[in-house]
Amino acid sequence: MMRLLSNDRPGHWLLALLLVGLLLGLLAAPFLFPGTKALAVAARIAIFIVLAASYDILLGYTGIVSFAQTTFFGLGAYGVAIPLALGASGWAVVAGGAAAGIGASLVLALVMALLSLRVRAIFFSMITLAIARFAQVLAAEWRGLTGGEDGLTFTVPRLISPAFRLFPAPLLGLPISGPVIAYYLILAVSLAAFLLMLRMVNSPFGRVLQAIRENPFRAEALGYRTILHRALASVLAAGFAALAGAMMALQLRYTNPDTTLSFSLMIDILLMVVIGGMGTLYGAALGAALLVLAQYYLEPLLAALARLSGGVPVLPALFDPGRWLLWLGVIFVLVVYFFPAGIAGTLRARGRAA
Amino acid sequence: MRTEELSVRFGAEAAVDRVSCAFYPGTLTAIVGPNGAGKTTFFNLISGQIRASSGEVWFRGKRITGLGVAARTRRGLGRGFQLTNLFPALSVCENTRLAVQAEARRDFRLLSLASDHHDLNARAQAILDHVGLAARARTVASALSHGDQRKLEVALLLALRPEVFMFDEPTAGMSVDEVPVVLDLIAAIKRDRTKTILLVEHKMDVIRALADRVIVLHQGRLLADGAPAEVVALPLVREAYLGQGSGHG
Repeated sequence: MMRLLSNDRPGHWLLALLLVGLLLGLLAAPFLFPGTKALAVAARIAIFIVLAASYDILLGYTGIVSFAQTTFFGLGAYGVAIPLALGASGWAVVAGGAAAGIGASLVLALVMALLSLRVRAIFFSMITLAIARFAQVLAAEWRGLTGGEDGLTFTVPRLISPAFRLFPAPLLGLPISGPVIAYYLILAVSLAAFLLMLRMVNSPFGRVLQAIRENPFRAEALGYRTILHRALASVLAAGFAALAGAMMALQLRYTNPDTTLSFSLMIDILLMVVIGGMGTLYGAALGAALLVLAQYYLEPLLAALARLSGGVPVLPALFDPGRWLLWLGVIFVLVVYFFPAGIAGTLRARGRAA
Repeated sequence: MRTEELSVRFGAEAAVDRVSCAFYPGTLTAIVGPNGAGKTTFFNLISGQIRASSGEVWFRGKRITGLGVAARTRRGLGRGFQLTNLFPALSVCENTRLAVQAEARRDFRLLSLASDHHDLNARAQAILDHVGLAARARTVASALSHGDQRKLEVALLLALRPEVFMFDEPTAGMSVDEVPVVLDLIAAIKRDRTKTILLVEHKMDVIRALADRVIVLHQGRLLADGAPAEVVALPLVREAYLGQGSGHG
């Protein structure tokens, strides 16, 4: 079990409990919470765990601040979307499209890294910002290929299409439809990708990344050619982000600049990693789950609270569903206040101190 | 290893000014001089942290003046630092393991676990035993006492197995009872008789005990070069350096 987790112990009972809860929740989600919304949210959590974890390799482990993680996410998504929207179909097309998107991401990340990681960190961040913006504009303007702002809608392979049923009768009360199968495929790939990333950050290479984050100057003096490690970290992070993007396209059955390339999405990823705890990977997983859940369920939760507190003065106004973003902000401030190193980071530090 | 007319200018001022000097295996050369004489800058030029304005550094018959820091380390130049320069949030063991791993060139293993490289872990442990930090192996480097941080600095250098050891005031700021520990570690490297050791040091008793040769830098220039006893006796040196007292000038 610990070897599967690359000997990376959570380090605190509560963190272990949260992670087990997250895993069990995702595994059982279609059965526990029927309905298309719950399924979509669970799939989104699985995908964003991969995306946030890939970003944590850069930000948390290596100390690289990039704003172009969505660009690679988008490349993966469009890689799958474009051939399907052009009318091609079948798993070979999906695999080929994903491979093309991931391949393009690897190349772009390598070029970006080698051209700009030598410069000061702040300039690198600015360059990634420009590239992210450029990708967004490109996707919106190149209508012939990307469908512009409207994006691309396409048909996915029959196995994961909405009309498909694996068995004639429901299983444990749940019809095993295409989207349910898609969900479990996404969950399996996400879990495998997460475990692979966990292995990489606990490899000798991963340790060098931490050394670079801690003291790049000394890492260089030990003989590590840090530009190569940082470039490889960028390339790996880009590859996993593109994989997440490909899964996102299959899950949504459409792709547009807003769902894959927007700057607000980049901020979400950043928040997931910071709230979860940078440099732990587990934190990225928790942060992704927390943020996605809040984005989808805070508003209905507030509506319910407002109804419940109907007779009481002030409270209904306070719990007005329209204020959900305000409440999200309050939650963030509280988390950052009580968990200064993020949830996983702070719990780990407490586990070590105990 | 030798330098040839090695210079670096910051603006109009030459911090190191045409220093030509050779260093030999089996010899410990102490570099002395008042503060601001260019000792650390001279080290930085040799190890690559600063690029030379002119002149060359030669090592094992090759010119290394154009190489970066990492490339020089990989060729066998081991540079220690005057100001503590560790991986602060990582454990003592992990700090050492990183240096051992660098020397073993295993930095691009992505799919094995660092904890499974038992030979590296064992070597890191042995080095920590040798420098007397085994009991602190799990402490994060930033939580160590100053003296222990200096020992860890020596541990990192030892882990690199360099041909040339460059110690920049390894005992600076250490308590009196800790100084001999570090000096013993350096003496042990010296006993090997194959390593080139450069030592920037202020304390005269340390120089007398360890140095085979002393060079004096003053205002970026090589002022004197010879056996410790004769260099110390030079009036020029007495005036430039010892006149200010043998402590930290």
